[in-house]
Amino acid sequence: MTAPTLTFDESKDAPVLRIAGRLVIEHLEAIEPAFHKATSDAKTLCVDLDGLEALDTSGAWLIAVLKTRLEAQGVTVELIDASSNRKALIDTVQAALPAEDGIEAPPRGLIPWVASIGAATAGIGASAMSLVSFLGEILSRFAYGVVRPRRWRTAALVSQMEETGFHAIPIVILMSFLIGIVLAFQGASQLRQFGAEVFVVDLIAISILRELGILLTSIIVAGRSGSAFTASIGSMKVREELDAMRTLGLDPIEVLVLPRVIALVIMLPILGFIANISGLFGGALMSWIELGVSPSMFITRLQENTDIWHLAIGMIKAPFFAAIIATVSCWQAMQVQGSADSVGRHTTTSVVQAIFLVIVADAVFSIFFSELGV
Amino acid sequence: MSDSPATRLDREAVITVRGLVNQFGPQVVHQDLDLDVWKGEVLGIVGGSGTGKSVLLRTIVGLNRPAAGSINVLGADVLNGTREERLRAEKQWGVAFQDGALFSSLTVLQNVMAPMREHLDLSPALMKALGALKISLVGLPPLACGKLPSELSGGMRKRAALARALALDPAIVFLDEPTAGLDPIGAAAYDELINELKRSLGLTVFMVTHDLDSLYAICDRIAVLAEKRVLFEGPIEGMTEIDHPWVQEYFTGPRARAAQEKT
Repeated sequence: MTAPTLTFDESKDAPVLRIAGRLVIEHLEAIEPAFHKATSDAKTLCVDLDGLEALDTSGAWLIAVLKTRLEAQGVTVELIDASSNRKALIDTVQAALPAEDGIEAPPRGLIPWVASIGAATAGIGASAMSLVSFLGEILSRFAYGVVRPRRWRTAALVSQMEETGFHAIPIVILMSFLIGIVLAFQGASQLRQFGAEVFVVDLIAISILRELGILLTSIIVAGRSGSAFTASIGSMKVREELDAMRTLGLDPIEVLVLPRVIALVIMLPILGFIANISGLFGGALMSWIELGVSPSMFITRLQENTDIWHLAIGMIKAPFFAAIIATVSCWQAMQVQGSADSVGRHTTTSVVQAIFLVIVADAVFSIFFSELGV
Repeated sequence: MSDSPATRLDREAVITVRGLVNQFGPQVVHQDLDLDVWKGEVLGIVGGSGTGKSVLLRTIVGLNRPAAGSINVLGADVLNGTREERLRAEKQWGVAFQDGALFSSLTVLQNVMAPMREHLDLSPALMKALGALKISLVGLPPLACGKLPSELSGGMRKRAALARALALDPAIVFLDEPTAGLDPIGAAAYDELINELKRSLGLTVFMVTHDLDSLYAICDRIAVLAEKRVLFEGPIEGMTEIDHPWVQEYFTGPRARAAQEKT
């Protein structure tokens, strides 16, 4: 590999610039400054390419830039001893030279930054509107489906129920069981200080039935199924499958979104119930081991002291949480624009927003039920 | 294998495929396929749908591991060679995929700069200038540099993919259906560009195509994939004389005649 060289020969009438060696991309960085400095005072400059061993487009670019620059200064540049191929390459490159100001740098500085904050703030309101209108669209399709039950996509609904519900059972059982154990363990070590160990049953029952069972199940489902909804419908949107559906007279909301929303609304309460049972089981097991509260004593106390309303409140919340998760994730899927990268970003946003809105809704429910006094 | 009449003694094989077997489950795509690509030629691969044209391309560039056979690219054994051997070959080829396969999170200019950034030690300013040159060379407007692939039309994406394939000034370029979906003017300009690059850079082009105009305009040689191997190879003029129903239909059909009249 011979590094390229640039030499001026001013012995003749017209100055000659000799380029030799391998003028290729690997050596570009080293030779570029020399090309940048090269100037000529004479009217014509001969560029002698006889010593060139190799020339690629990057090398041709250097020569073309030099030629363009000198020609702009009124110097005639003549390529000598160049094979026709090399001449053709340099001519092609010179013709293709992009205009200097052709590439616009992205705007930087304070004003664009402030503008981006403003745009983001305005965007929150717009996306809230868009989410609400999407919800409206789902509800109107649902109402239409109620009137005309033949439009129901039973196969899609059942397969979604299996995917989002049935397949989630193991992870929900395990998670809830462990939460029951943690609650019993932590509760016991605090309550023991007051000799009130037996209240651990109330602690576990109320916190799991009323709040944690459903809330944690919703979070798992948002991460598991919400992300899957966004990713799958979003990829379909990228591949223009949604457009194809529309041209075939199929409504993506009816075909893709509605079965997912309904499946989740049906399955989340069931998953939540399973989580409740499993959490109580874990709590009972830990109480027995740690505090000596026997399973029969646990059940008796559970029946006597825990109001059925605690279970009911948890179960009432479940379908709402399910609707939030399914709506947000399908809506995010509809916002996907054109690229794989966009699918990834919207999937992340979908999970974050779904969990956030579920927790907000949970807080609203808490206030609502405590105002009702249950 | 039929020897082409244009056989020259001084030709030098840059890609040699011997005894290639590709199999997906029970389905055999290639059986004992042999192929040579000579330095500085444009080789067009044709064949019916499902004859494994793209699979052959993917196998040569190492994206698909064949069941048997040997592949040699620029003296490097791409199947069983060392990592260095493979890397050396990889730096000397560029691949433009059918739908571009541009990195969707990067702008067109960043896409073209990506291989330079990875394999060369160039300053960012120089890389930008070279990237912009490549983009301009393939006939895209300077405005396209800052755009994301999703903001480009299909034809522009193909051009951007070619710009990325040319980023390192490779010795071999693999093109998968480069002119499919381009308008006739754009396709002709693309052909002209390939011709120009071949002439001035001594580029070797391995092209999977169905575009008869391209076949007539730029391909030095055609390889017909049928019956799980390269059934015929040779310059396009000889194709009409080959006695094979598919080849006859392909090269003497109305579209072929129209393409032939143009040249």
